Amino acid sequence: MAVMTQARPDTDDRPPPVPRKKVNRWATRAPLLPALIFLIIVTQLPFVATLVISFMKWNSLDPTNRGFAGIDNYVNVFTDPDLRSSVVNTIVLTASVVLISLVLGLGLALLLDKKFAGRGLVRTLLIAPFLVVPVAAALIWKHVLYNPEYGLFNGILNWLGFEAQPDWISSMPMTAVVLSLVWQWTPFMMLILLAGLQSKPVEPVEAATIDGASSFQIFRYLTFPHLRQYLELGGLLGSIYVVQNFDAVFTITSGGLGTANLPYMIYQTFYQAHEYGEASAAGVIVVAGSIIIATFALRTVSSLFKEEKR
Amino acid sequence: MSSIRTLGAATAVLLLASACAGAGGGGGGGTDSVNVLMVNNPQMQDLQKLTADNFTKDTGIKVNFTVLPENDVRDKISQDFSSQAGQYDVATISNYETPMYAKNGWLAPMDDFVAKDSAFDQADILEPIKQSLTAADGKVYAQPFYGESSFLMYRKDIFEAKGVTLPEKPTWQQVAEAAQKVATPEVRGICLRGQPGWGQVMAPLTTVVNTFGGTWFTKDWQAQVNAPEFKEATKFYVDLVRNHGEAGAPQAGFAECLNNMTQGKVAMWYDATVAAGLLEANDSPVKGKLGFTQAPVVKTDSSGWLYTWAFGIQKASKKQENAWKFISWASGKGYEELVGKNLGWSKLPDGKRSSTYQRPEYKQSSGSFSAMAEAAIKSAKPLNPGVQERPAPGIQFVGIPEFTDLGTQVSQQISSAIAGAVSVDEALDNGQGLAEKVAAKYKGQ
Repeated sequence: MAVMTQARPDTDDRPPPVPRKKVNRWATRAPLLPALIFLIIVTQLPFVATLVISFMKWNSLDPTNRGFAGIDNYVNVFTDPDLRSSVVNTIVLTASVVLISLVLGLGLALLLDKKFAGRGLVRTLLIAPFLVVPVAAALIWKHVLYNPEYGLFNGILNWLGFEAQPDWISSMPMTAVVLSLVWQWTPFMMLILLAGLQSKPVEPVEAATIDGASSFQIFRYLTFPHLRQYLELGGLLGSIYVVQNFDAVFTITSGGLGTANLPYMIYQTFYQAHEYGEASAAGVIVVAGSIIIATFALRTVSSLFKEEKR
Repeated sequence: MSSIRTLGAATAVLLLASACAGAGGGGGGGTDSVNVLMVNNPQMQDLQKLTADNFTKDTGIKVNFTVLPENDVRDKISQDFSSQAGQYDVATISNYETPMYAKNGWLAPMDDFVAKDSAFDQADILEPIKQSLTAADGKVYAQPFYGESSFLMYRKDIFEAKGVTLPEKPTWQQVAEAAQKVATPEVRGICLRGQPGWGQVMAPLTTVVNTFGGTWFTKDWQAQVNAPEFKEATKFYVDLVRNHGEAGAPQAGFAECLNNMTQGKVAMWYDATVAAGLLEANDSPVKGKLGFTQAPVVKTDSSGWLYTWAFGIQKASKKQENAWKFISWASGKGYEELVGKNLGWSKLPDGKRSSTYQRPEYKQSSGSFSAMAEAAIKSAKPLNPGVQERPAPGIQFVGIPEFTDLGTQVSQQISSAIAGAVSVDEALDNGQGLAEKVAAKYKGQ
């Protein structure tokens, strides 16, 4: 950040814009530098370490056999059938949770957009599931609701006079995990969409009503286009979080019955197999995949940051 | 093994641990101190409470404890011991790790300490437990803190009402018959673990495999996971759970079965001997209603498993004398007395010494099952649990580093079979492929 002190030739009348601009620019950047350096240290260095470890043979129970492995770990990851199925599971889990939450969230947001007595209370109650600690939510679903012996679902069936006492998790493991996550993520989608609805201009709706548009037409041609960006944003943020979900799979099914997703597989490789190298390689691949998908998703959502022409 | 670990707690502890590591915690300490790395089971937490006022007061040796959940403890121990950093002098290791760690040269042999310390009374330690903590070179590398086997618990009142009896050493077929006879719509016949995990469903199932004449590997490392005996045992187990087992079996581990038994949802339960103490606790609704038999058998004489948490000394430790003093105290008879008098006789870290079972107060608090539990541990054969020779020690596991992963992966298949998603044949054929990969590593050695 050396201040430029150039001797100005007298013949030149124009002030030299570049140095002064440079100084100004650095004057604004300098206070941010410590934060930037700190950010790089806490976010990028661990990733670099993971990268390095992903090229090593490292099983914590086999200390004599440690060293450089080349791309062996990556080959193992790609040839492992369990890992391939966990990729599919992750996609299925994320897509279904995000889509169902969005649809339900949209419904709830539209209902909450109307004025009625006790709206604040209803909104607070609806947000509650999102505030529950994920592991606690998973435990609630596993024991309080799904459990075939003392769960609420079978209790309700019993109370209604049905004989059947289905074993929910065993008969539909993936659906069980998805449902618990939908319960957690619907409020989040509802909040985003509600914010979108509240920012909707009133005049076009009034004009459309005068022109005799039905409420469905108003939703289809006015509300929905306005909400599109918010739906995209909710979908993107939801996907980023649900892809990483570990608690529900770990707690409800322990990764059994074909529900193991990528985070669970990495956990298993690290903690059960003690294969630090392979777990790191899997982690690196997940990060790479996420970056690619997020780039495309961000491109779609970037319309949010542009001025929309109407 | 039979502990529930929530990820949240683990993460919190991990963060704490890394914070401590960053601050250089654990290392150093004065000459009159010893650093102990421990698993966070209730008995260890009792030990932590009692140390300062008793051990430190008597010897002047300060004990610095680091307490972590099971998975993290394994990682931290293997990291510290493999580099022989000497940060910890003493660590809790189970009989799964002890022979492996000893073979890696991470542990200090204890024979000399034992010889000099007559008060410790090594002969009092139950033989199978001592055996499971002895490495291939014949030296003892760890001293047990508590031990467990597995046996069958059943509801005497339900059996009497139905007119069903069980011998003291039932066969699995008799147990299956009994399960069918006592089952009602409200009360299932038997609870058996079905939750995936090498320490969950795989532990009881492997004991069943042993007694049916099956094994994971032959002496010369041939994988036997889809061999007829292994299949027969697994089919038996899966059918029994599917027909007369608890509801929600594919998610039921130790904790869920304990719940079912306590709530009176099942008439029998085959699991760890430590469960009996929990079922006979003062606030348990089934207290006094329980009968106990040895682990059911088919072809072998006994089939109960063996598990123990024990203290090992790191080879690189510079405070081995102090470390031994601590272990001698914690694993000794005096400590059992101390726990009994201060915290209650039901909290005694049992299952390791013959003398424990002679204590009148202990007999009074756990009389219904203590003799049966002692017999179960004494009859366990960690080096020869089946009908054929084994390449590695272990009853409900195979004592090789790869087993945690292999067992967990196969257990997920078994869990699916219990849920009816795959057939047992398919599950075990997949398991065979995984086991062959592991065996290939050892064949050349």
